[in-house]
Amino acid sequence: MKKPKELVVISGKGGTGKTSLVASFAVLAKNKVMADCDVDAADLHLILKTNIRHREIFKAGKRAIIRQKDCTGCGLCLTNCRFNAVKMIQEKKGEKIFSIDPISCEGCGVCVHFCPQEAIDFPENVCGEWFISDTRCGPMVHAKLGAAEENSGKLVSLVRTQAKKIADEHGQNLIIIDGSPGIGCPVIASITGADLVLVVTEPTLSGEHDFKRVISLTEHFNIPAALCINKFDLNTSITERIEKEAQEKNIILAGRIRYDKEVTYAQVEEKAAVEYNSSQAGEDIKALWEKLKTIL
Amino acid sequence: MIITIASGKGGTGKTTVATNLAVSISSSIDNTPVWVLDCDVEEPNCHLFLKPEIYTSEAVGVPVPKVDKEKCTACGKCGQFCEYSAIVALKTVPITFPELCHGCGGCSLICPEGAISETKRRVGMLEKGQSGDIGFVHGRLRVGEAMSPPLIRAVKKFVFKKGLTLIDAPPGTSCPVIEAIKGSDFVILVTEPTPFGLNDLTLAVDMVKQLNIPFGVLINRADIGDNRVSEYCQAEGIPILLQIPDNRKIAEAYSRGMMIVDVVPGLRETFMDLYFRIKKMCGQQHNEEA
Amino acid sequence: MKVVLTSSGESLDSPLDPRFGRAQKFILFDTDNNEHQVVDNSQNLNAAQGAGIQAAQNVSRLNAEYVITGHCGPKAFRTLQAAGIKVIVGVEGTVAEVIEKFKAGKLTPTEASDVEGHWI
Repeated sequence: MKKPKELVVISGKGGTGKTSLVASFAVLAKNKVMADCDVDAADLHLILKTNIRHREIFKAGKRAIIRQKDCTGCGLCLTNCRFNAVKMIQEKKGEKIFSIDPISCEGCGVCVHFCPQEAIDFPENVCGEWFISDTRCGPMVHAKLGAAEENSGKLVSLVRTQAKKIADEHGQNLIIIDGSPGIGCPVIASITGADLVLVVTEPTLSGEHDFKRVISLTEHFNIPAALCINKFDLNTSITERIEKEAQEKNIILAGRIRYDKEVTYAQVEEKAAVEYNSSQAGEDIKALWEKLKTIL
Repeated sequence: MIITIASGKGGTGKTTVATNLAVSISSSIDNTPVWVLDCDVEEPNCHLFLKPEIYTSEAVGVPVPKVDKEKCTACGKCGQFCEYSAIVALKTVPITFPELCHGCGGCSLICPEGAISETKRRVGMLEKGQSGDIGFVHGRLRVGEAMSPPLIRAVKKFVFKKGLTLIDAPPGTSCPVIEAIKGSDFVILVTEPTPFGLNDLTLAVDMVKQLNIPFGVLINRADIGDNRVSEYCQAEGIPILLQIPDNRKIAEAYSRGMMIVDVVPGLRETFMDLYFRIKKMCGQQHNEEA
Repeated sequence: MKVVLTSSGESLDSPLDPRFGRAQKFILFDTDNNEHQVVDNSQNLNAAQGAGIQAAQNVSRLNAEYVITGHCGPKAFRTLQAAGIKVIVGVEGTVAEVIEKFKAGKLTPTEASDVEGHWI
């Protein structure tokens, strides 16, 4: 059995049109599984209209909770916590009441272990939910991280693993992954071991700066990368500068997409750009996809 | 006063709002020292617009365990304790995985032999500088590094209580974002009027509500999409602080790293007015006079 | 001598699971008496970080001398090494076929991990 190929679309800088592009790829590609690894701000389902057929709770890490009835107020937890998660919420007549801020708690367990009264519980933490859905473009795995939750990297790994499982079981030979912005934990979890990373950027100073950072990340993990500049005509001199830099680093120039308001109109109508009548950017995306197919 | 500029969705104009707000206030309101803290340590961009002169630069690290092989009796307690698999004790002296360590210090506390001390593992650089009258601090996460919150905490040590501190948060709603927003007096959520903008805004609103910090919404490129963001804000009783229309001049100025208050007449005053309204919403008095 | 193989099922006819940390099952095989035992890895299957380290720790308790799998990341490899377990990677086929190859001395241990971390 052949291992399915993984194409990850990332952007470094947010808002460069990554998800719009992935939605178009979903329409154009045949026999594939979609995975939305931008679990922090998942948007792909808005265009692909998911019909959820399986959902599961995502638990990761633990959270410390003080059982007030057993707490004697010694304050050792406050002394030991490195994350300022323990707060003294009340002090009167020498009686101190402590509480742990769930948002600041890193789940390290130091307070739990050293509490002389064993008055701190340490349950598993529910961080979010993940889904397997049917869409008009085939199966899709996606997730929702709870507000103010961590462990997004773990959820990303889980989404990728599930997408791979589906591809293995049903014989799809491609997995298209919508990655997250930045260069940190969820992005690393999205790209490691992938077959190709497509970096989408825009011709602005920020876009150029973030492109350089994200490319050193793909280099660091030794993953083949391709570049696409969205709204390239916004500033052609920066476009050329980014492309030159990319060529020097052996990054494949996969295509350019022109600035086209129709892309936004398509999104407002919850369609992919390539599904929207007469969108010129849609034509650019089709050409880009043809090129990517030859690379994969 | 601390105002954090955040957004569920990336690329909505957070950095533009943070830097232009800073420039508008510092150039127009005397005796209000302004600091900009760029907490988007994965992709810091404020410096591209403020062009600060950097005068200090230091490495930021997290404490990680160092095992003294002479003292270790291979009892395995450290490995059993660690929640992150950052220290693993088999039948021998433990091995460590510093990149997984959160720096809680548990293993050194638990070691009965006092065999575990701590050393620093570098996660990024902290740079401090000045741009005109604006004080500037940002963090740059080391490429390949997964752990940004310790670096964000280091940047936030420069929060300036007396004047105005503007924090540029990373996009999204997960741990680094929370780290950046925590302790703010007010949050400006920047969004755009598209389905993606709206979806990500609702996630960001849930997050800020949990943190219990007053907030309002700024709609950027206000005329590119539809009315669903405005309708959502009205239905939820969320104040719309400002709407900035889509403007090719703004996009071009931004692409070249220019301040948009320098190319759009009247925008400086608009940002100043925004600041005063936020102050009022936070229940503080104007202190324009010295 | 005891060896641990990563397996995608419970029988010796199951294909070898190419993943180590996230292997479906471990099969502990004793070459002295040809007996085998299935060890569950479901706890790690859904763990998302440190799965390789956890799996390596579990394997080290089985007193095996070798681990035979498809791929092994750097963290799992270091942990197995610290436990004195030799690692054989790049192997394909059913568990039974792989055991025969191993007995015939056709498999040699690797000196280093063969994939990046986070490989899933």
